[in-house]
Amino acid sequence: MKPAPFGYARARSVAHAVELLAQDDARLLAGGQSLIATLNMRLSHPAVLVDINGIGGLDRIAHKNGHIEIGALVRHVQAERSPDIARHAPLIARAMPHIGHPAIRNRGTIGGSIAFADPAAELPACLLALGGELEIAGPQGQRWIKADDFFKGLFETALTPRDVLTAIRVPAADADTRVGFAEFARRHGDYAIVGLAACARRGGKALTDVRLTYFGVGSTPVRARTAEAALAGGDVDAAVGALARDLDPPDDVQASGAVKMHLAGVLLRRVAVQLTEARP
Amino acid sequence: MSERFHDITVTVNGEEVREHVDARKTLVDFLRDDLALTGSHVGCEHGVCGACTVRVDGVVVRGCLMLAVQCDGARVETIEGIADSNEIADLQQAFIDRNALQCGFCTPGMLLTAQELLRSGAVPSRDTIRVHLSGNYCRCTGYQAIIDAVEAVAKARASE
Repeated sequence: MKPAPFGYARARSVAHAVELLAQDDARLLAGGQSLIATLNMRLSHPAVLVDINGIGGLDRIAHKNGHIEIGALVRHVQAERSPDIARHAPLIARAMPHIGHPAIRNRGTIGGSIAFADPAAELPACLLALGGELEIAGPQGQRWIKADDFFKGLFETALTPRDVLTAIRVPAADADTRVGFAEFARRHGDYAIVGLAACARRGGKALTDVRLTYFGVGSTPVRARTAEAALAGGDVDAAVGALARDLDPPDDVQASGAVKMHLAGVLLRRVAVQLTEARP
Repeated sequence: MSERFHDITVTVNGEEVREHVDARKTLVDFLRDDLALTGSHVGCEHGVCGACTVRVDGVVVRGCLMLAVQCDGARVETIEGIADSNEIADLQQAFIDRNALQCGFCTPGMLLTAQELLRSGAVPSRDTIRVHLSGNYCRCTGYQAIIDAVEAVAKARASE
């Protein structure tokens, strides 16, 4: 199908984008790899698209003050090839090849993936697992919000229609940081049936600060908190058993809830191995 | 400030094109309907099949997931231009030699996507080729012959 008619405006700056978004029924266009598909299928029909691709300075990756800051317009391919992300944000580096296909990654943006908040997408889960933060510009100025407070429901976030996500920030990894990532998808690059993004710290022989974030199991990325405690105690079997208390995945077109629960356990065993491996 | 129609200037296969476009027109529809470049195909129209693959500013993109109006000032290359330049003549010949196409609907997208992998000059493993082409559907030949063709070209180029 073809999109319904809409107006189009190019934002020259973040402030200009916020101004343009004040129009009724305006939608922000970043990489467009989800939005334009929904326009084509007429699942959404905004009055105006505000294109932020021409705004300078939103495509930077910076390592500063113990954090990695990634501009909202950083393309997936840029993140995938970034030595800073490989070194200081290894969870994101591991997730990146699973996101879409090469042509999608050439165009799709980090900010777009997170703002769209598909519950089966990789980056929202990574951001939540890492305890990251988001920089948002809106009519009242700039604010930072924690990933823990960002994902509200199905495709629903703390962003209002007048806000622009401008950057994300995650703690930079150090020698004791451990990460794990695995997912099941029907075809490489498709949205996951179930996926798991995890991070922890190595303290002696044990793991501490374990954060397990599943995706494809609910309306948002979901922390598996009981399993986190069990895994920190070193008991993988108990952690897998605890998933029954943490997750209740609904059936969807890809798999039944029961299959997803089973796969969640399989992923946890794989990721538990990754979490105990030394960093390269 | 948010008009529906816009004037754009795009370099398509090396030629400058000026058009007045509806904002809702996708890049692949613009190429096919306005410029009669019908080598880029329209399959699923939501980014899944890869038949509409074209190059914008040197990298492959989905022609159905970019708007023509977004290409103002950009350099667009289609299968017509890239084939005429002989950049992928060896890859095209390898597809013919190995029956890596039947109906040909997916072929332009397969060629452009494979060429992006091959341009690095390395000889990728079959798994790497498979993953790289995972976003391009072929409904006739299956994938073995396509992967054979891409692998053969990678090896041939490396030995030159």
